[in-house]
Amino acid sequence: MSFQTSSREAGGVTVLDLEGRITLGEGSALLREIIRRQLSGGHTKILINLAGIIYMDSSGLGELVSGYRAVKGQGGEMKLVNLNKKVSDLLQITKLYTVFDIHNNEAEAVASFGANS
Amino acid sequence: MPSKPQRVELVLETLLESIALAEEVGVCMAATVGFNEDDQYKIGLSVHEGVMNAFQYGNEQQREKKIRVVFELLQEKLVVRVVDQGCCFQLEDVPDPRSEANLMGDSGRGVLLMKAFMDEFAVEVAQGGGAEVVMAKRYPAPVRTPGSGRVKASKAVRKKRQG
Repeated sequence: MSFQTSSREAGGVTVLDLEGRITLGEGSALLREIIRRQLSGGHTKILINLAGIIYMDSSGLGELVSGYRAVKGQGGEMKLVNLNKKVSDLLQITKLYTVFDIHNNEAEAVASFGANS
Repeated sequence: MPSKPQRVELVLETLLESIALAEEVGVCMAATVGFNEDDQYKIGLSVHEGVMNAFQYGNEQQREKKIRVVFELLQEKLVVRVVDQGCCFQLEDVPDPRSEANLMGDSGRGVLLMKAFMDEFAVEVAQGGGAEVVMAKRYPAPVRTPGSGRVKASKAVRKKRQG
């Protein structure tokens, strides 16, 4: 399954729904482009919904970090929601769970943006 | 596990498609010898990372250079070798991406995942001077039924015998 994405608004937060694989050449470049596009449109509260992600490699992890840096650089926030076990394990192994604000449910994740701003 | 050692060798062009192809073969080899789905995923991702490393850093995306991937089914473990035609690297030079200084950086995660998912991991100098990533995973222990002392074949092995 190739990488697909769509965006929507929820409570003032831009939710990016990702599906498929985030790997070198497959999803990484597209993810970078989508985050940059949101930022250039003035959307700086970004929630990445990983519910549909079935596979991610180190390049995909790097792209999440790069996106996080870009959002932070513009004074915004980027959070993650709905990680499956595989993605969650990758974040544990690489200690990236200490970088990202990770949530299990979307409503709670959206509300947390308000709480921090 | 195989009754005698078996070996499969792939010689791949330095292309993005080669990464997925090698991974697919790795998963198939792992399934053949009875690794469960979780271990098949871990072996597949490790092969993916090894070949991606050769594609990006070893052969620097130069299509004419080859990536050699060797799978060996030995008596007690599956060994994977990924050989590139670039310059070899020292494992100690790869930054630990978990350290405070490198956490937000871009390198070291692929090596970290291979180390985490496989039982053995090393980087050697290949014959042509490139890097040879060598990793291995021991076969799963046979499941014993309580009290009987009988060895129960894993689900993957049973499937193979039936199919």
